[in-house]
Amino acid sequence: MASNTKDEILHDHNHDGIDRRGFLKCMAWAGTGALCVIKGGVLKSYSMSRPSEMNPADMKGELSFVQISDSHMGFNKPANPDVAATLEAAVDKINALSRPPEFLLHTGDISHLSKPEEFDTVEQILKRASAKDVFYVPGEHDVLNDDGKQYHERFAKGAQEGGWYSFEKKGVHFVGLVNVMNLKAGGLGTLGHEQLEWLEKDVKPLKSSTPIVVFAHIPLWAVYPEWGWGTEDSAEALGYLKKFGSVTVLNGHIHQIMQKVEGNVTFHTACSTAFPQPKPGEAPSPGPMKVPAEQLRSVLGITDVNYVSGQHALAVVDSTLA
Amino acid sequence: MRRTVFLASLLVMGLGGIVAEPRSFVTSAQEKAASTAEVKIDNFVFGPAAIIVPVGATVTWINRDDIPHTVVSTEKVFKSKVLDTDEKFSYTFTKAGEYPYFCSIHPKMTGKVVVQ
Repeated sequence: MASNTKDEILHDHNHDGIDRRGFLKCMAWAGTGALCVIKGGVLKSYSMSRPSEMNPADMKGELSFVQISDSHMGFNKPANPDVAATLEAAVDKINALSRPPEFLLHTGDISHLSKPEEFDTVEQILKRASAKDVFYVPGEHDVLNDDGKQYHERFAKGAQEGGWYSFEKKGVHFVGLVNVMNLKAGGLGTLGHEQLEWLEKDVKPLKSSTPIVVFAHIPLWAVYPEWGWGTEDSAEALGYLKKFGSVTVLNGHIHQIMQKVEGNVTFHTACSTAFPQPKPGEAPSPGPMKVPAEQLRSVLGITDVNYVSGQHALAVVDSTLA
Repeated sequence: MRRTVFLASLLVMGLGGIVAEPRSFVTSAQEKAASTAEVKIDNFVFGPAAIIVPVGATVTWINRDDIPHTVVSTEKVFKSKVLDTDEKFSYTFTKAGEYPYFCSIHPKMTGKVVVQ
């Protein structure tokens, strides 16, 4: 399934040369994660499955972190009977990075059925990662039956009441958003009025040169609304981020790598560490996709992100667990 | 089973007023069949998406997907816990009316129960 195309998108905000068409580029979607490097208004994305293609100069920066997603702990169907083992493999991959990440972002669907033991297992496995801090946002599988009460107690302490929050790391402003609550019949992911109002206030005092990283579970762009792969009110959220020169949006939910560049915003979805899902419209439903056992780890992965201060480029590198 | 119920309902609606005799026959058959109507969740679809049942019927949803789903009334009349693979949820409809519902995890999945 993986193509030979280089897993890299280069978007230059200062010159008109590269990739400004706002197209959706479906990348070689096999991957376990991505490495992001912020450098001079340019966001670079690499597949960690092809480390030989990474330019060492791009890998240097003040800040690097790893995104993991959709660990679905508790899932045990044929598409992956051992999701704990593949999450372990993701941790091995993180620990093998030449530059240890400062922290991890988990973009949701930590658990499959919101069971306490599923959350426990993920927390235990991630303790072995070189990076000790993990910042979470919930997926719809993490807020089942209890409106997210358990998730909030475990993973969103110190967040706003609805679970959203922001923090600063080395000059980069991170915003964790929640778009899996109060979903309406027939609709998509939803941020809601209260959260949007908070976002507007949160970013207002920031200088337009501040690099922004927004992370949430369901994509904040219309990947494939027919399958619910989008967020109803994402345009309003992105509207508050227009003044910023570099905005990176990291999502999960669709269990495959996709990337789109639109003006100052680069959108990126990460692989799952548990099981792949079909490309939009290429199956009757977005259910788990069964691949031959020996190929499974080539369609799972992690995402490594690296930021270089003063150069405003964010490099995102995806890598498979294979 | 589902088809039987549906056809029976159609017959009652379409022919009941015109042909007197088959009406009583169809109605009793319908009551018997509809008391245990079933909706299957398969490939992220409620099947059938719309069912017609008599007052007092119990509808059972069964999840045949590898992914969990829920059955949640849009007007908050009923709400299942999360249904993992092969798990079921039942609700007995005691009042006539239309009951739209959806999966709160995958809200693109919608269905409707019409109680007559």
